[in-house]
Amino acid sequence: MEHGILLSGTDVDFMIHGVFQYSFFGHPVWITTSHVCILIVILILTGFAIAANRAIAKGSEVPGGFQNVVELIVEKLDGMVDSTMGKAAPRFYNYIGTVFIFILFSNISGLLGLRPPTADYGVTLPLALVTFALIHVNKWKYQKPMTIWEDLCSPLPKWLPIWLPINLISTVAVPVSLSLRLFANVLSGTAMMALIYGLLGWFATAWPAALHVYFDLFSGAIQTYVFCMLTMTYIANEIGDGTRR
Amino acid sequence: MDFNENFILGCSAIGAGLAVIAGIGPGVGQGIAAGHAAAAVGRNPGASGDIRSTMLLGQAVAETTGLYGLLVAILLLFVQPLLP
Repeated sequence: MEHGILLSGTDVDFMIHGVFQYSFFGHPVWITTSHVCILIVILILTGFAIAANRAIAKGSEVPGGFQNVVELIVEKLDGMVDSTMGKAAPRFYNYIGTVFIFILFSNISGLLGLRPPTADYGVTLPLALVTFALIHVNKWKYQKPMTIWEDLCSPLPKWLPIWLPINLISTVAVPVSLSLRLFANVLSGTAMMALIYGLLGWFATAWPAALHVYFDLFSGAIQTYVFCMLTMTYIANEIGDGTRR
Repeated sequence: MDFNENFILGCSAIGAGLAVIAGIGPGVGQGIAAGHAAAAVGRNPGASGDIRSTMLLGQAVAETTGLYGLLVAILLLFVQPLLP
C-alpha cells in the first residue's frame, strides 16, 4: 500500500494480485490470483466429480462409503430445487446443483489458504448474468408479449407507461444486487480475516479459527443458499404454472 | 481550490466511517426478523426448520444494504478514487 492508511498494517493484504501479464490483441491483460484460485477450485471439483462418477458406475444396490456421500449430496440438492420450483424442477437440477457446489466450494476455499474466488467481482457478476439470462429466456418462453408489457407498466394500466423506466431499472437491479450481495459478503469476511492476521501479529494464534467458522463456513454456506434460492425463485416466478404460450 | 493528498485521504477515511453507518439499518431489520422468528417458533415449534431457513434467507437479503455501505467504505479506503 502506497499511502499508509492502516499505520501498523504493513502486511495487511486482501487485494487481488497480478501473476503474469500477456498481450491480448494489443491490450495488456493480467492473469491474477483469482484465476489461479479458481483453477485450483475447478481441479478439486473435477477430481471429486471423476471419483463420484467411478463410484456410481460400479455402484451396488446397497450403497456404502463414498457412494453414500455422493447420493446424499445429489438427493439434498435435488430436494432443494424440488421444494422451490415445483413442476419445472427437473430441468434445473443440473444448473442449480453445479452453481451451488461451485459457489460453496469457492466460499469455503478461504479455509485452504486461498483467496476466495467469489471475493472478485469478475466472478460473481457472470454468475448473476447467467441467472439474468435464464430469467429472461424463461419469461419469453412462458409468457405472452402482452403480459410482459403489462408487467412492465404494472401499477398503472397498459396504455399509460409512466412507470416503465422505474420497472426497467428494477429489472436491471436484479443481477447487480445478486452479484454484489455474494461479492460483498465474501469480501467482508476476507477483509476481516486479513485485518486480524495482519494487525494482531503473533497474538492471532489459534483463536481466529472460531472466526473462520463464522466468516468462511457459516456466511459462505448461507450466501450460497441465498444465491441459489433467489435464482430459483426468480425463474419459478417467470415460469408460473408451466403452460407455454 | 487545491487540496493536498493527506487532506483527501483523511476525508476519505471520515467518509468511509460515515458509510459504514449504513450497518444500523440491516441490524435493526435482522433483529426484527429474528424476533418474529422466535415468536413463530414459540407458537408452532413443529415448523422450526422452515422458520429458520426462511429467517436466514430474509436476513441475508436484508443484509445487502449494509454491505453496500461496506463496499463504499472499502472503495474509499483501498481504491482511493478521490486522489488525483
